[in-house]
Amino acid sequence: MPDNVLNVEGVFKKFFRGELFNSLRDLVPAVANRWMRRAGKRDLERREFWALRDVSFIVKQGEAFGIIGANGAGKSTILKLLTGIMKPTAGMIDVRGRISALIEVSAGLHQDLTGRENIYLNGAILGMTRDEIRRRFDAIVDFSGLEQFIDTPVKRYSSGMFARLGFSVAAHVDPDVLLVDEVLSVGDYLFQRRCLERMHSIIRSGATVVFVSHNLREVAQLCQRSLLLEQGQVEAIGPTDEIITAYYKRAQRPRSNGINGNDSNVTITKVTVHDDQGPRMEFKSGGKLYVTIEAYARSRCDDMSVVIAVVDDLQYKFFDTCTQRLGADAITLERDQTLKCTFEMDLPLAEGTFHVHAYLHRYLTGAYDRWFSAATFFVTGAPEVRGIVTLHPKLKTCHVSPTPDEDSVGMSSSDLLGM
Amino acid sequence: MLSNLQEIYNRRDLLYILTWREITVRYKQSIMGMLWAVLMPGIIIFAGLIVRYAFANASGKSLAISDLTSVAVKAAPWAFFVSSIRFGTTSLISNTNLVTKIYLPRLVFPLAAVSSQFFDFLISAGVVLSILLLAGTEWSIQILWVPVIVGTLVTMTMALAVIFSAASLFFRDVKYIVEVILTFAIFFTPVFYDSAVLGPWSPLLLINPVSPLLEAMASVVIHHQAPSFVWLGYSIAVAGCLFTVAINLFNRLDPYFAECI
Repeated sequence: MPDNVLNVEGVFKKFFRGELFNSLRDLVPAVANRWMRRAGKRDLERREFWALRDVSFIVKQGEAFGIIGANGAGKSTILKLLTGIMKPTAGMIDVRGRISALIEVSAGLHQDLTGRENIYLNGAILGMTRDEIRRRFDAIVDFSGLEQFIDTPVKRYSSGMFARLGFSVAAHVDPDVLLVDEVLSVGDYLFQRRCLERMHSIIRSGATVVFVSHNLREVAQLCQRSLLLEQGQVEAIGPTDEIITAYYKRAQRPRSNGINGNDSNVTITKVTVHDDQGPRMEFKSGGKLYVTIEAYARSRCDDMSVVIAVVDDLQYKFFDTCTQRLGADAITLERDQTLKCTFEMDLPLAEGTFHVHAYLHRYLTGAYDRWFSAATFFVTGAPEVRGIVTLHPKLKTCHVSPTPDEDSVGMSSSDLLGM
Repeated sequence: MLSNLQEIYNRRDLLYILTWREITVRYKQSIMGMLWAVLMPGIIIFAGLIVRYAFANASGKSLAISDLTSVAVKAAPWAFFVSSIRFGTTSLISNTNLVTKIYLPRLVFPLAAVSSQFFDFLISAGVVLSILLLAGTEWSIQILWVPVIVGTLVTMTMALAVIFSAASLFFRDVKYIVEVILTFAIFFTPVFYDSAVLGPWSPLLLINPVSPLLEAMASVVIHHQAPSFVWLGYSIAVAGCLFTVAINLFNRLDPYFAECI
């Protein structure tokens, strides 16, 4: 049984809202106050709040573990406690081995030093010895793609180059435990790809990874198990797919109204995804999806059409349609009238999480009302494809030519398929 | 305390590189470059010469060459002490980014500040050495005390830098208090004069633990006499205690650094 590399047990972390006393003259009243009231460790004083409350989890050797949750749920605080930047107010954190964080990887860079000097500086700050840096220097420069500018002071770098230099150094620290917090948004597409590949290779080399991100697809790709945090508390721990589903089911979706949202004459009141039985969130790839949109008019609106769009988890809109394009006449609603319309769609989609945007659109003048991410659904049952859609692939032939010297022993296609 | 020092030892490359960063950054984009290391002790020596000359005039004695060389010998360590404390005090605040974002043994910041000043001290020591050679100062076996004296001074300086760096992280006032004290401390320390000037009151001056070190320095290099064991012992004891207290205090406060900075 693999060892527990990270052991977090009953961790509490309390933060102070507002300013701390920062001068000696503020200290006296503050100390007197504390002494008079003698608050316990787990009690909250005025202006304090819990960033984490009773958080426990275990990460095993070689595992990739995801932490997801909304902004302010306490994800970054957990990482800061794991690295040792902060200490928990109560509870225990046990880390085995060298821990390295791809967090704030550029914090160690110094503006006045050159790229070359900064590689040594940042490397030492992130925990490498001079010898290790010297040995990996060429690999680091190569990874960053900054050969030409390696002797330029980094204050002359663009912000992208700056971030790339920092990340390249951090990516070459050999950690036992790697903590990653949304750094993959560094640099251009090619560099991001390189970062992801590097992370995969670190995972393959047997390191333990803790990955914090809002990009749930990346979490799903990297991590087998995940933790869902909500307002500083553990909501669920389990297989990443289930946790992501739980996250979407729990997430309170605030109506994000359009530009003319509030004073609009007509409002989308309800958007549901369902099948012919009733509302549901999980759909089979290749099945049918129904989206029903209800709206209410406060005053007369004319020349309307209902638009729906489907986006993937990265908000890429790969599909939209509307009532007008589907052959319906322009809709006119009188005061206090309601509208209900249902779309039926096929689902030639790959497995993943998708969101439905709904708009009430007026020809020429634009939107009446819009509701982004009004509903979320999951597609399952297409393990053979990845991406957004399934093109329903079938394997026609897969034949390997016989080796020239031993042409009697050819590998048949069935052998290959069995691999 | 041992575990702290162990951690610093394990990350000695970090200490080395941070020290190197302090030195490199200080001399980048500056015309005088390394000359700056000589400038500060140079000014102190020059001021000392004027004070000495005034003393000699007032008392009607003639100015001996040993008076001048002893000022030079005391000025270099004093300049090291003052600038180390000054940079050490702000060493954590000026690295806020690293304190709050990356985990490091934070003790390296004040230690690197002192080490980088020690580098300057070595340069100015070279200058003082050439002054002594020019002045035709003789040498004696007493010179072997110098490593002990310098070692004590460095320990004491590190201890104070560590304490002040942590204190100023919590209270910015500390920075100003330290600045004021450093400005006037030269009057409480026998840099320009010898403690003997005060006659029966001289022990009062030697309570300042830096004073016996400077006196001992002048004594072994210029006057070829063994230092006062009582006072040197006192300084060593103070340095040892301060260092222990500093490391333990720093260790206790360390968990609060990232939140309180």
